[in-house]
Amino acid sequence: MASNVKPRVRVPGKAAKGEIVEIKTLISHNMESGRRKGKDGKLIPRSIINKFEVTFNGKSVFSSDWQPAISANPYMSIFAKVDESGEFAFKWTDDGGSIYEKTSKITVS
Amino acid sequence: MSQKKALAALSRREALLLAAGATMVAAGGIVLTGSRANADAKMIDEALVKLIGDTKPVDGKITLDLPQIAENGNTVPIGVSVDSPMTADNYVKAVHLFADGNPTPAVASLYFTPMSGKAEASTRMRMAGTQNVVAVAEMSDGKVFRASQEVKVTIGGCGG
Repeated sequence: MASNVKPRVRVPGKAAKGEIVEIKTLISHNMESGRRKGKDGKLIPRSIINKFEVTFNGKSVFSSDWQPAISANPYMSIFAKVDESGEFAFKWTDDGGSIYEKTSKITVS
Repeated sequence: MSQKKALAALSRREALLLAAGATMVAAGGIVLTGSRANADAKMIDEALVKLIGDTKPVDGKITLDLPQIAENGNTVPIGVSVDSPMTADNYVKAVHLFADGNPTPAVASLYFTPMSGKAEASTRMRMAGTQNVVAVAEMSDGKVFRASQEVKVTIGGCGG
């Protein structure tokens, strides 16, 4: 089980109606691949974040399935078209079923 | 301590460095075999059929943003973008990323919606060695596109 998991997101605070904004996300997680051996010579069990989802005002914008080939402390940047003010919600789910969440508001004028 | 015990006590990173060193020193060449079963093009095809069925991908539409040479195989930046208007009836449904030289070929699947605005994303991936990265894009009208690029991965300064 990963400890000290901290999600970070960067969403612009303001945008024009219909603008496509860039969203950057980063979450601290060691993404244990399941192929690494510990000091005792035994394989360390796989423990990765396998799902990442982004919604805006409850509607799906983007989602992604991750495999162990995604680097530790996964970074992902995506885009979203905003037509109204609202809130982005970000959700990461790991192998152990833990869920990490973050939200960010945007004002559209 | 026997050599085997000593090796077991090493972490994977240390063992890799050691192995890299040994290959450079031994002019005769130590062949590293068996320890890593790598994926290949056939495994990518099999993984792809599971994800999207039998549709044959055609080249085009996808732009991959990858370094030609990556020094650190632990974090290789990768960007992918697909040419599409991203309207409600014509958008990119999914992009699947594969690496043919990793122990398992699948890297990630990205699912876009018309609300994405553009079908573009970037992340960082692990690469076991020099290999091809393959991206396959599934469009809303059922068409499938494909692109690939080779990335040379340097480990421990031995070159690749």
